[in-house]
Amino acid sequence: MAEPVIVCRCEDVTLAEVRRLLAMGYTHVEELKRLLRCGMGPCGGRTCLPMLAGEVARATGKGLAEVELPSARPPGRPVSLRAIARGSSDD
Amino acid sequence: MTETADVVIVGGGVIGLSIAYNLTRSGAGRVVVCERSNWLGSGSTGRCGAGVRQQWGTEMNCRLAKASIEWFERAEAELDYPDGIEFKQQGYLILAFTAQQVEQFRRNVTLQRSLGIDSHCLAPAECRDIVPYLDTTNLMGGTFCGKDGHINPFRALDAYARAATRGGADIRKGCAVTGIELEGGRVVGVVTSLGPISTPVVVNAAGPWSQVVAAMAGVELPVYSERHQILVTEPVAPAQGPMVISFYHGFYCQQTPHGSFIMGLGDAREPKGFDTGHSWTFLEEVAQTALELLPYLASARVVRQWSGLYNLTPDRQPILGPVAGVIGLYLAVGFSGHGFMLAPVTGEIIAGLITGAEVPVDVRPLNLDRFDRGALIIEPSVV
Repeated sequence: MAEPVIVCRCEDVTLAEVRRLLAMGYTHVEELKRLLRCGMGPCGGRTCLPMLAGEVARATGKGLAEVELPSARPPGRPVSLRAIARGSSDD
Repeated sequence: MTETADVVIVGGGVIGLSIAYNLTRSGAGRVVVCERSNWLGSGSTGRCGAGVRQQWGTEMNCRLAKASIEWFERAEAELDYPDGIEFKQQGYLILAFTAQQVEQFRRNVTLQRSLGIDSHCLAPAECRDIVPYLDTTNLMGGTFCGKDGHINPFRALDAYARAATRGGADIRKGCAVTGIELEGGRVVGVVTSLGPISTPVVVNAAGPWSQVVAAMAGVELPVYSERHQILVTEPVAPAQGPMVISFYHGFYCQQTPHGSFIMGLGDAREPKGFDTGHSWTFLEEVAQTALELLPYLASARVVRQWSGLYNLTPDRQPILGPVAGVIGLYLAVGFSGHGFMLAPVTGEIIAGLITGAEVPVDVRPLNLDRFDRGALIIEPSVV
């Protein structure tokens, strides 16, 4: 692959970076997330986590269903502090 | 044949790995780290705010934190970690909102300066010179130390793990310690989910589960765990150098080198326990506090909230060292929300106590027996 393949668009993480860590023995999605930041951006991992899981499955020989995924964290999509501070009183 | 080790460390967080790394450097023999999760730092390390500061209110904490931060300054070279630990050393700005805090902080700074920590007291306008968008309404003063800062906890943990592994430590993920075996008041082994290990030394570095692990050796710890919540925003352009912290509000806020803002808020209503869920109440309250103190952040967008557990002692100081009556058991627990920043010196101390080497700080006052003696060292400056 001549051009970098972007796995995580939020944090600009490439497939090559993911595979480098997999080859070093970081074979849990949580480990990849913590070292590369993929899944920590505004999309909350919607784009990258399925691809990461696929890479982990391929590297470890596990089935995709056996690959553990990180917890989903609110708020799901980015919300400004101003909007949150207005809170429930702004309904 | 049962597997044997010279030291078994319970807990693959930053405390356990710092101890493991220091043991491998001092020729402690075969070191095994048991981490019950399938990845390292799954407890408090990977959930922490990762601030590091020397501005403490007790001599012990000042000494421990100063030694740790000086070590963090040279960590990348010492651990041979070219990826970097992202140490942003742009200080902590501690805000005072009451006359009592102004007085306490003045005493703290006098103590800190006597120990070689370069902190100083500030007037409200001087606080705003450091963080221009700080709202100084009701602010009575502050203190600042430019050597405090923030570190990427995942990188620091990984740096320790790689260095410990290179030094020969055996770090096992998915290995839960379920029992500690004693004979005649002496540690002889552990039982784990991956089989028993015969060992004369066990280190309890189990973070929020420290009391559970100690109970396996019949030791009751005067600690409890408590949820603390935190959030992170999208990255924005660099705007804030130091950590801003207010004990009055129980609030702290840091911009990481990545650009995101991290902030947390203590909650006096939080029950004791092991809950690591998240609440809307936290989001609303932390956002209101952030906008009150740092109105510039109003448009910053929150991308994630999570929580982690503090392991709290009655005096908010860690419990370090051996345990009277259980030979071979060592404690590195009860960090009360500031374990990450004390990990470097903790590793040196516990490894030194085990191998008989010189330790950088005499932590006998932090032994478990201080609670029986009533010799607490109460730290006034915690969130």
